[in-house]
Amino acid sequence: MNKENLKYTKTHEWIGIEGDVAYIGVSDFAQSQMGDIVFVDLPKVGAKAEKEKQICVVESVKSAFDIYSPVNGEVIEVNSALSDNPALINQEPYGNGWICKMKISDKSQLDSLMDFKTYEEFVKTQAH
Amino acid sequence: MSHHTTVRKTHLNDIHKKYGGKLVDFHGWELPVQFEGIIKEHMTVREAVGLFDVSHMGQIFVDGKDARKFLDYVNTNNVAKLKKGEGVYSHLPNGKGGIVDDVINFCLDEERFLVIVNATTSDKDYKWFVENSKGFEVKISNKSDDYSMIAVQGPKSVEIMKKFVPELLNYPRFGIVEKEVMGQHCYVSRTGYTGEDGFEITAPHSIIADVWEEFMKLGKDLGVKPCGLGSRDSLRLESGYLLYGSDIDDEHSSYEANYGWVVKLSKPNFIGKELFEKQKKEGIKRKLTGISMEQGIPRAGYKVFKDGKELGVLTSATYSPSLKKSIGMGYMPLGLNIGEEVEVEIRDKKMKAKITEIPFFKGGVFYFKLG
Repeated sequence: MNKENLKYTKTHEWIGIEGDVAYIGVSDFAQSQMGDIVFVDLPKVGAKAEKEKQICVVESVKSAFDIYSPVNGEVIEVNSALSDNPALINQEPYGNGWICKMKISDKSQLDSLMDFKTYEEFVKTQAH
Repeated sequence: MSHHTTVRKTHLNDIHKKYGGKLVDFHGWELPVQFEGIIKEHMTVREAVGLFDVSHMGQIFVDGKDARKFLDYVNTNNVAKLKKGEGVYSHLPNGKGGIVDDVINFCLDEERFLVIVNATTSDKDYKWFVENSKGFEVKISNKSDDYSMIAVQGPKSVEIMKKFVPELLNYPRFGIVEKEVMGQHCYVSRTGYTGEDGFEITAPHSIIADVWEEFMKLGKDLGVKPCGLGSRDSLRLESGYLLYGSDIDDEHSSYEANYGWVVKLSKPNFIGKELFEKQKKEGIKRKLTGISMEQGIPRAGYKVFKDGKELGVLTSATYSPSLKKSIGMGYMPLGLNIGEEVEVEIRDKKMKAKITEIPFFKGGVFYFKLG
């Protein structure tokens, strides 16, 4: 995915629209803050996702991190490659490190998310 | 420095920033949790050599005619038999069946001893020593604020030892030498918290940054890397080393911690000896027990179950980079067998785990044989 075309949350998830479906993952900043990722507790296919509610958990050596859904929708596919190689999130957060695919129920919710430039500025305020 | 913060910085703070350390508040100390990454740093220590800032650790000096007798009284392990240049890992019993701290006692000379204590307990330990020193001719000084400390750990630390402190090569584990370094009086011991060979230097703040850079230079061709608290924790847990405040505390005894080997009942007298004798005779009901799991990452505080019944709570747990699976330990009833299937509750889900022998990783040179 081209990171410049994605939308971002304040909790550092990204969402990318491809036709009727949306890919969801975490930003490069998020993966660098989490450190070495060693386990992804993937959501279940068919799970209902709610905007700003937890959809899955990513675990690094040091800690567990909740991942929140950027919008309402339904999980239609998960990235099972993460089961064998969770470090894909560290290596390619915008590519092979995607977490799940979702069918969005309300596209207008995308409007409240940040574009790449705004998110980049936002991250600057987060880093110490 | 901001006026609002009470976080203490070590004298290696600028060094950590220079090497890209990710600084966090660790029990009131600003220390790096990692530099390049926990797994990389962990494996560097298992395969080559890594440097840790352990300046938050404390130093209590015990001097005087009765120093040896006094330390033997406040420790479970045998301090009385130490010769000059020797050290011993031990517990400080609280007389009520618990542990004040776990420490290393070093004999610097006939009437001079150095006790390396944990960061959060150094004031408590000092007070405890003073309270229990009645009738002993000793001078007890808490010098924790006067010293910084670096740990050099990993199989290739020997190469740095050869160049920096060759005299230590003749010493076994827990040996210690006093040495002038950059014009300052320092203490260098063959100790560590990783299970690997290595040494630790206790030095005045004024030279500690230069000592760090010297180790970086001496270790350059060996692949030396600065390492953070993250790998320090995963390395010590793999090797079965205890973390005071998590795995042991004022409520659990050395026997329960499966560290009965540090309790020397043959000693004439020490704090709480009769309690240990009673526990040894009557037996214990719970024991620090290891688990491992292929799926899921356990954390301290998670519960362990067997057939729906709670066995205990994990006191330490993490992903083990050396073993590529998860490991943990917690107090559980006796009678669980190695390999027995149990479950760890992770976010309301019960995940498969197995009772596992501690130490989990036996590839290091120095791991304790428990029991």
